[in-house]
Amino acid sequence: MPTRTVLVGSASGLHARPAALFVAEAAKQPVLVTIRSGDKKPVPARSMLAVLSLGAKKGTEVTLEADGDGAQAAVDTLADLLERDLDAVDA
Amino acid sequence: MRELRGIGASPGGAAGPVYRLAPPPALPPLVESVDPGAEKAAVRAAVLAVAADLTRRADTALDVTAAEVLRAQVMMAQDETLIDAADIAIDGGADAPHAITDVLAGHRAAFEAAGGYLAERVSDLDDLRDRLVAACLGLPMPGVPDPGHPYLLIARDLAPADTAGLEPGLVLGLITAEGGPTSHTAILARTLGIPAVVRCPGILDVTDGVLASLDGTSGVVVAGVSAETVTTVNADRLAEIDRRARSRGPGRTADGHPIALLANIGSARDLTGEVEGVGLFRTELLYLDRSDPPSHEEQVTAYRDVFAALPGRKIVVRTLDAGADKPLPFLRLADEPNPALGIRGLRVARQTPSVLTTQLAAIAAAAAATDADVWVMAPMVATAAEAAAFTESCREHGLPTAGVMIEVPAAALRASQVLRHADFLSVGTNDLSQYTFAADRMCGDLADLLDPWQPALIALLASCAAAGVEAGKPVGVCGESAADPDFALVLAGLGITSLSMAPRSIPAVRESLAQHTLDECRQIAEAALAAPSPEAARAAAAGASRQLRIGDGVSVR
Repeated sequence: MPTRTVLVGSASGLHARPAALFVAEAAKQPVLVTIRSGDKKPVPARSMLAVLSLGAKKGTEVTLEADGDGAQAAVDTLADLLERDLDAVDA
Repeated sequence: MRELRGIGASPGGAAGPVYRLAPPPALPPLVESVDPGAEKAAVRAAVLAVAADLTRRADTALDVTAAEVLRAQVMMAQDETLIDAADIAIDGGADAPHAITDVLAGHRAAFEAAGGYLAERVSDLDDLRDRLVAACLGLPMPGVPDPGHPYLLIARDLAPADTAGLEPGLVLGLITAEGGPTSHTAILARTLGIPAVVRCPGILDVTDGVLASLDGTSGVVVAGVSAETVTTVNADRLAEIDRRARSRGPGRTADGHPIALLANIGSARDLTGEVEGVGLFRTELLYLDRSDPPSHEEQVTAYRDVFAALPGRKIVVRTLDAGADKPLPFLRLADEPNPALGIRGLRVARQTPSVLTTQLAAIAAAAAATDADVWVMAPMVATAAEAAAFTESCREHGLPTAGVMIEVPAAALRASQVLRHADFLSVGTNDLSQYTFAADRMCGDLADLLDPWQPALIALLASCAAAGVEAGKPVGVCGESAADPDFALVLAGLGITSLSMAPRSIPAVRESLAQHTLDECRQIAEAALAAPSPEAARAAAAGASRQLRIGDGVSVR
């Protein structure tokens, strides 16, 4: 099953704007992607409430996982997004 | 048409459709026999309605941050896991409002447990819960309404959180059923320049969307007015604002007694329009966010910019007002358990005298290079000895006019002794209220204690003004109270010689003073001073003012 572990790159962590951008991108994917922080339970990447509840800060290690057709591409797209500093992206 | 009566709390007229601030919905008792299908449909309908409303608000929000917060809330409302979890709760016997409340309570606990940023976001979750529950119950959306056009906001009362984000362009006026002229609502309305009527009991019976007018002076509210009336009232208000903005000239009473109307500024950029002078030039801006203090040359340049803009005019420079309550990195002060009562203002010179001496030398150099009439004053002076030391230091630097700010009750009580050493006094009523009533200026719940009409504050102002009259030295007031056109009459009557305020507040104060003689101001001040409470002081001053105008044969509105 395609899996990638990355460090959160956004200055404010996976909060506010970065979380909103990440969740919106996850909702566009053809497969359900989960995100997990540490050894906590994986949660759906397209759930704003669940993603916020991870409380992931800049530098937190998170793991993305998906299954099915297009899973690798979906995981890669979201992992690349997570590694960028989304606070620095122009509105 | 229906005429209602309240208490005028912020002057001016306003008219438009009324919309109420709805309270958060109370969770009703759990429905016994739940139809799961109907309850699940109710959750989905509520999500759609709330998401649509929040999206519209985000689209029309002027503030970028506010829009982002709203869009994040939309994403939370539309969260599939929220709907899935609500479905499970409904299958377990809950009705729609309880299912939503339970599910969001789970997320709330997770946010709180995470702490930091997320803990601060629990209010967003609570707001979302209130909106979804209200939608399920068919109740109006809680919070400040946003009909998408200007309106009159009506409410039982307004909490500080409700009023913090009010936009004066959108909220034409405020009418509350409860509260009083000293409530947070009233103080905020006056600050924002929004006409307001408080304690108007019948207002909550008026239906949303009905056209109404209010008079923030008399307290009269008329519900069910015509569209023409709305147009006329608002046009009159705009004309009055315009007329005031064009008023010119020095401040004086009806019989020509001068009361200088000065500006509070932080830099040359704040000097808008024609002013008689500057009553408070705050120098803190230069010092902010720095690891080293600004150099002598840098300070000379900054001060000279301001002095050069006002040739021949009076400019009162306040030396650095920072310290424990407004920390500056280069001062390297230790954390204090109670910053408001610690090393701040002039007290910084006890530990770091060079900050003050460098500043005085720079002010003197800038003053010598221009022909402005430069006065200097120190913040947070508590004793006559401190005043003497400061004045002596100013003299050594060749600054001829040195005064002190009265912000501490001890200094106000001994104003005569302080004035033996100082050339003038300037009363900072915001801090003086804070220290007199032991009420933090930032504490919204204590706003009634920080009301400038509190008799104890007026008594301290009277003590300072009397000391000035006796010594033949000027005593001014800088602070929010000087910008209140009615309170300005009290201050003039007490013997205060100048009022300093935000430049935009000057025209209304100028107009108010011009309508009363000095003797009338004295009678108004006596009435306010004799009153037992702020409400009574306001009423006594208004009563004295009205009677005096009737006595003069001037028509009363």
